[in-house]
Amino acid sequence: MWQAVFEDHKDDDFMVIAVAQESRGLETAQEFIDEAGPTYVVLIDQEHVVSDLYNLTNVPQAVWIDENGKIVRPPETAGSHDGWRAMNREDMSMPDESAAIISKAQETYMNALRDWAKNGADSRFAFDEAAARAHLRKPADNTALAFANFHLGQYLYRNGKQDEGDKFLKTAINLKPESWTMYRQAMNLRDVGAMGFAADETYFARVDALGANRYYEPPDLEDFPTELGFEPPA
Amino acid sequence: MVTVLTEAGHSNVPGGNARGDNLWLPSGDIEAATGWTLKPEGFCRGTVCVPTPAGKEAEFSEGDAVNVSAFWRHMGRPVLHDAAGDTWMLGNSATERANALDSLEAPDFSLSDPSGRVHSLSDYRGKKVFLTTWSSW
Repeated sequence: MWQAVFEDHKDDDFMVIAVAQESRGLETAQEFIDEAGPTYVVLIDQEHVVSDLYNLTNVPQAVWIDENGKIVRPPETAGSHDGWRAMNREDMSMPDESAAIISKAQETYMNALRDWAKNGADSRFAFDEAAARAHLRKPADNTALAFANFHLGQYLYRNGKQDEGDKFLKTAINLKPESWTMYRQAMNLRDVGAMGFAADETYFARVDALGANRYYEPPDLEDFPTELGFEPPA
Repeated sequence: MVTVLTEAGHSNVPGGNARGDNLWLPSGDIEAATGWTLKPEGFCRGTVCVPTPAGKEAEFSEGDAVNVSAFWRHMGRPVLHDAAGDTWMLGNSATERANALDSLEAPDFSLSDPSGRVHSLSDYRGKKVFLTTWSSW
């Protein structure tokens, strides 16, 4: 997804680092890497270290970091849009209107990223310090406890204590219900269902329970489509 | 023997001892397991030292053994363990994470690429970095 923008701007002192929040590790991530064939940096983060450090809740979320290692756009949804929730779950087809919104979302985010990749601090999309701070979402105590439970749960799960590990993973999810990454990845340890996903009715029920609340919070970006893109279940 | 998990990694400490909700480690093993050491000034890492609370020295150290969990909780950080007391998670606090983000200095990390080579975010100083996340699902 990021290969084109990387290719176009790698000579502008620009790098893409795509970190897999992948509890099953390289083995599971590998096929997606092979398919995409990226030439930028891809890293495998089995312990979800980056989610912990940056208080991330879903993928894709991204951070823009300048040449001096300073955050110029705090974590936000990287171009994805809730329009995907209009997808037909039987045949995976997408209504045209939702598809158009998803496309616009992607394009808007990509254009902003390209502008910054080229222009750096001169880009109108790079926040100044005050704006960057205002856009930070800082973790609460529950989040710290959630990551500790998640880390321990994963370790126990992988080291012969699956039932006990599961308890800590469940605690983590309950402490940080807004983390879709923890929820999906904890499921992934347990079951790999049809389509190679652990997705099943419980996952979709949890998505539907959001109602009109967002799965993907829209970024604060000019022209980014803010409409829902789907009809919330009654 | 106990296994100690922190954000930095996992260590086995043969002389480690669980006493209920308290994890005691031999003083010589603490640094490798946690990155901290016990000095006369207190529990220290780099230039930061957390003094042992006055009057409570016995709760925090006993001969050569140090109650790492007590120091950890004293720093407001989560401490978890499995039922058997074999595996301990020494977590990080929300305050330290929030403070790090508030500084706007992008927190550093080191992870492996698919070939096994380790990259740190700080390796890419001098470039604009688009740090993004993904997963298989």
